[in-house]
Amino acid sequence: MGVFDLSLRHKIPLWGSMLIVASALAISTALMFRAYDDLRQDLFISTESLSHTLATTLFPLLLHDDLWRAFEIVQAPFHAELKKAPFEAESIFVVNDAMQILVASDPLRLPTLSDLGSIDPEYRHLAAELRKTPLTTTHAFDFPDARHYYIATPIAEAGRQIGILVISHDQAAFLQRFLDLTVRSTLIGLLVVAVILPINWYWGRRMAEPLVDLARGMDALMQGKPALLLAAENYPYRDELGQLFAVYREAAAALNEKALLEQEVLSSERLAAVGRLAAGIAHEVNNPLGGMLMALDNLKQRGPLEPTTVKTIALMERGLQQVAETIGALLVEAHVPIRPLTGHDFDDVHTLIGPQADKKQVALDWQVEPPEKIDLPAGLVRQILINLLLNAVQAADAGGRVGMVASWTDKALMLTVANTGAPLPETVRKHLFEPFIAGREGGHGLGLWVTYQTVTQLGGQIVADCLEGETRFVVTLPLENSTA
Amino acid sequence: MHTKTILEGCNFGRRKTLGLLAALVASYIGNVSTAWGGVKPLRVGLTPAFVHDEYGMLEEWRRYLEAKLKRQVEFVMRDSYRETMDLLRLDKLDFAWICDYPFVHLKDQVRLLAVPLNQGRPFYRSYLIVRANDNARKGMRDLKGAVFAYADPYSNTGYLSPRYQVRQLGEDPAHFFRKTFFTWSHRKAIEAVATGLAQGAAVDSYVWDTLSRLRPDITGKTRIIDKSAEYGFPPFVAHHAVAEEDYRAMQGALLGMRDELIGRRLLDFLNIDGFVVGDKRMYDDVAKMMHAFGEY
Repeated sequence: MGVFDLSLRHKIPLWGSMLIVASALAISTALMFRAYDDLRQDLFISTESLSHTLATTLFPLLLHDDLWRAFEIVQAPFHAELKKAPFEAESIFVVNDAMQILVASDPLRLPTLSDLGSIDPEYRHLAAELRKTPLTTTHAFDFPDARHYYIATPIAEAGRQIGILVISHDQAAFLQRFLDLTVRSTLIGLLVVAVILPINWYWGRRMAEPLVDLARGMDALMQGKPALLLAAENYPYRDELGQLFAVYREAAAALNEKALLEQEVLSSERLAAVGRLAAGIAHEVNNPLGGMLMALDNLKQRGPLEPTTVKTIALMERGLQQVAETIGALLVEAHVPIRPLTGHDFDDVHTLIGPQADKKQVALDWQVEPPEKIDLPAGLVRQILINLLLNAVQAADAGGRVGMVASWTDKALMLTVANTGAPLPETVRKHLFEPFIAGREGGHGLGLWVTYQTVTQLGGQIVADCLEGETRFVVTLPLENSTA
Repeated sequence: MHTKTILEGCNFGRRKTLGLLAALVASYIGNVSTAWGGVKPLRVGLTPAFVHDEYGMLEEWRRYLEAKLKRQVEFVMRDSYRETMDLLRLDKLDFAWICDYPFVHLKDQVRLLAVPLNQGRPFYRSYLIVRANDNARKGMRDLKGAVFAYADPYSNTGYLSPRYQVRQLGEDPAHFFRKTFFTWSHRKAIEAVATGLAQGAAVDSYVWDTLSRLRPDITGKTRIIDKSAEYGFPPFVAHHAVAEEDYRAMQGALLGMRDELIGRRLLDFLNIDGFVVGDKRMYDDVAKMMHAFGEY
């Protein structure tokens, strides 16, 4: 894996750091070059002005051969209080045309009347340079291998030159000064970098974190399992990243909805198929069943029978009756005449359920705004309510509560039946409305299936959910559909 | 001046009170000097014959003399003997402390007033000095071809005497040294050798001794390789035109210094032991040397 494949989490801070360090280096290098030039320039300028002052003062003294006063003048810049001057010369001396030293600030090293060239090779070089360079004004000598800078000024007035003033600066001292400056500015630079780098690191991480999260989210999205993005939730800005997050949220929501829809379609198709099958079987069984029951009845009418036969017939009748009941339940299609729903129907249901609830010591919370008259088949709605309420009472624990809310608008009737008690397990919830799936022991599992079929027939919807320790069934029945 | 002298030995609390006293005395002196207003002040010329760095002490000496003479005294300081001599010639000074050589020069214009006592005697010498680490040179002969510092062209110990010594060696002082220059004071001549500007110098023994007490760091860089014969110490002289009573008064003031506490303190500052009347004949050797150079 190359550096370029690194996570943005590392790449952004890394790149930022490299940029900062590179900038710091570039700027300090440029500044250092500049500082070096400036320092050199300052050295030459300050020395030049000193040279002019000294040369002017020295002229009459040398003219009158006043060696002592000339010595006092060349020594003056070395006095203790001037030691702190930015560029302290190493030595100041005057030579004549024959390159003999007339006076020097350090006579022990540069004795009066000694030959400049005889002192050391560097001075020999300087003497040669001075000889071949006619001076009209201050001139700086910086020849290779020299350990000093030499600034020479002619001591002349009105065309008469009586000597050359030379101020020498130790290059090592100059470089030391430059080095001090460099070290100081480098330290400051490091300090700045030390402050900026962590900020950059923090900022880079902050930038990368949402991107990394988004990438993770996209990955999950591709696998069809949209993830909740923490970074996205905490990202309040509306920049490009914010827009990306918004798009992601939309995509995730759409995907969720689609998955839900697909599941629903699948489930309702399955239920419809099961319904059709069940209804078909029921029809086929119902007709011979009616015939058999009729035949048994006829047999009973035909006169006295042996007690054994009577017993057998009764047995068969009960068995067939049970089959008929089951089939009847499967045959949801109602043949009862349609009577519109009124408030009395709700009262009836209340009356029917009341004793059951009392028996289980379950409180019944009845919130019904009794309708005048609703264009829905009363029998079917009663059946739906009774089914749901009986289930609820049975599901609620002793001392629990069952709630019934009925409300209606111009467009729909909404019935909500809720109960406290153990929530429905996930496995049960998935196949809740399929036949012969019992949510609890003892039921044949047709109750909810029948309810579902009925609701579907009426063009309504039934939804179950568990919320805050409550299991709720919400039935919505459209009013216009029922009239159609 | 009394208070100031006492001041030196006092603690801070008393110092404050005495400071007040000093102010009172000063105002008294001020009043006195206005009383002297009509009389011409006495002008005293001072030369670099001694080490004068502490102008405060000189001022104290001047006031001392004023109080003694009951007359205004002016100190006139010049950097070379020549200038002081000129002032004497031009009758601009009443008294002067000059070198013995100028004294002999000006013998017609001035009379001997008093001679300071150097280490108890009214004599001094010329020291021939080289740098302390210059072990090769042991006498004047070894300085041939050197860079040599003279103090002042009118100094005996710093000019006349060394040139005379060179002459004694049978050499011409004009060419004996490779280069000579004047520093215009003995102290600076010592500094010229100390810094290495000159390889040798001849200086006043009194100045060297005094400086070795005040600034041993400077004299420590020099070494005495030869001492001349004794000469009469640079004298205090009076212009011929000075009235006899002024002459007596000034002489009395100088001679009396050693008998007084303040006077002794001032003498200590000047690093001399007192003043004596002296004798013209003390300076005959100078005249002899001058004669050798055809100057007398």
